[in-house]
Amino acid sequence: MSDLVTAKDLTVRYGGQTALTHVDFHIAPGEIVTIVGPNGSGKTTLLRAILGAIPATAGRIVRAPNLRIGYVPQRLHIDLTLPLTVRRFLDLPRRVRDKDAAAALDQAGCAALADRQMTKLSGGQFQRVLLARALLSKPNLLILDEATQGLDQPGSAAFYQLIEDVRDRTGAAILMVSHELHVVMAASDRVICLNGHVCCDGRPEVVASAPEYRALFGTGTQGALALYRHEHTHSHDADDIHEAAE
Amino acid sequence: MTGLLDDFMTRAALAGVGTALAAAPLGCFIVWRRMAYFGDAVAHAAVLGVALAFGFSLSIFVGTLVAALAMALSVSALSGRGHGVDTILGVLAHGALAAGLVAVSFIEGVRIDLEAFLFGDILAVGRDDLVVIWGGAIAVLAVVFWRWSAMLTATLNPDLAFAAGIDPRREDRLLTLALAIVVAVAIKVIGALLITAMLIIPAAAARVFAGTPERMAVIAAGIGCTSALGGLYGAYYLDTPAGPSIVVVAALFFVCASLIDLARRAPR
Repeated sequence: MSDLVTAKDLTVRYGGQTALTHVDFHIAPGEIVTIVGPNGSGKTTLLRAILGAIPATAGRIVRAPNLRIGYVPQRLHIDLTLPLTVRRFLDLPRRVRDKDAAAALDQAGCAALADRQMTKLSGGQFQRVLLARALLSKPNLLILDEATQGLDQPGSAAFYQLIEDVRDRTGAAILMVSHELHVVMAASDRVICLNGHVCCDGRPEVVASAPEYRALFGTGTQGALALYRHEHTHSHDADDIHEAAE
Repeated sequence: MTGLLDDFMTRAALAGVGTALAAAPLGCFIVWRRMAYFGDAVAHAAVLGVALAFGFSLSIFVGTLVAALAMALSVSALSGRGHGVDTILGVLAHGALAAGLVAVSFIEGVRIDLEAFLFGDILAVGRDDLVVIWGGAIAVLAVVFWRWSAMLTATLNPDLAFAAGIDPRREDRLLTLALAIVVAVAIKVIGALLITAMLIIPAAAARVFAGTPERMAVIAAGIGCTSALGGLYGAYYLDTPAGPSIVVVAALFFVCASLIDLARRAPR
């Protein structure tokens, strides 16, 4: 199958600074790819470039013609002056049928929240509603930007379990950014370590042992990775293993 | 029908209702996006627009529309360049107001009733004005109705809009254009200094009673129209200035809404 999104030699200058240089990126249907990297390493910039929110300064981004993106932002500030029920929020930007809305809420594990005000939700509920909304467009690529920020560890572990379920059920590819290295890496097929450029790229255990990754994050996550890594029932093909980009 | 429009009070009522209808949904966006000071800056620029209109023999509508749009563009151009947005808006809003007042004083030949443009002169609204007011109001309502969901998505989060294939910058521009039209329409009715009040107060009062954005816009329209009619009625019987009277009624709505909200939240 051909890739959903491909970035070739992507350079992005944004706000007078070069956020990304010569980044090559691709994501295939059904893949779970996680971007890790320190603060200011261009993770969010890469996501926004893929969304089309920031233009490429050099290089190019190719999107598959059938690409449908579902996006879960890092933070969504809803002004207290804006009355918005969960159900109405799901209608943005396009109205959806009650049946579909209920199914999406159910799938995201927040079926009981439909009539609540968005500003009254807890952090975990809010993220699940954002996920439900993203699922409504029947995406084949789901993009999550630090979607578990503000959740406690069991909360974020449950959220990542949910993401994996979504992939298994809908076949959507998942692209996410996270700080929570061990949890995220455990749930990923492929990890991209970013620091303005692609430091290394490959299966979680390959990246975790790569010298470039250790230089950025130290070796501390290795043990936790082994602890959290759970067996997938499907087998990974050999071509899943990517060599370090540099 | 001709007889009806001969009455200055009927024309004033129609002008007030038209302005309130256009201002209500737009006012909601201004409240949600925290753009109250932006509205002020654009409205104050309208005084400069009046001077422009007299200086170049344009219609007041065109003059104020051009000035309001120019102000909106200047604010976006200056934002994010080292000054806080509130500072930029403060400088531009008062700078434009002062420049407008100075510019008006240069215009010779025509005697301009400045007070009419600062506080509105709704009782002097003529048939031509009514055409402009309702034309502008319908245009604004049409734009907001047409782009409602997209504008709402862009208001929530620009990246959310991009992901859904909506360009939030386009929605921002449309909102700005709609704001400029409302300012140009409302200057005759309510005056440059009080336009923001007609945008914000009905929306803020409606917030208490609304569970969805649509309901907030509809309730704001109801409050705006009632304020316009109530203010006119009060002005007629109490012999008070009409524009400020309308705003006072709207403010009373806000006070009542806030009290109701307080009572609701109070522990029983």
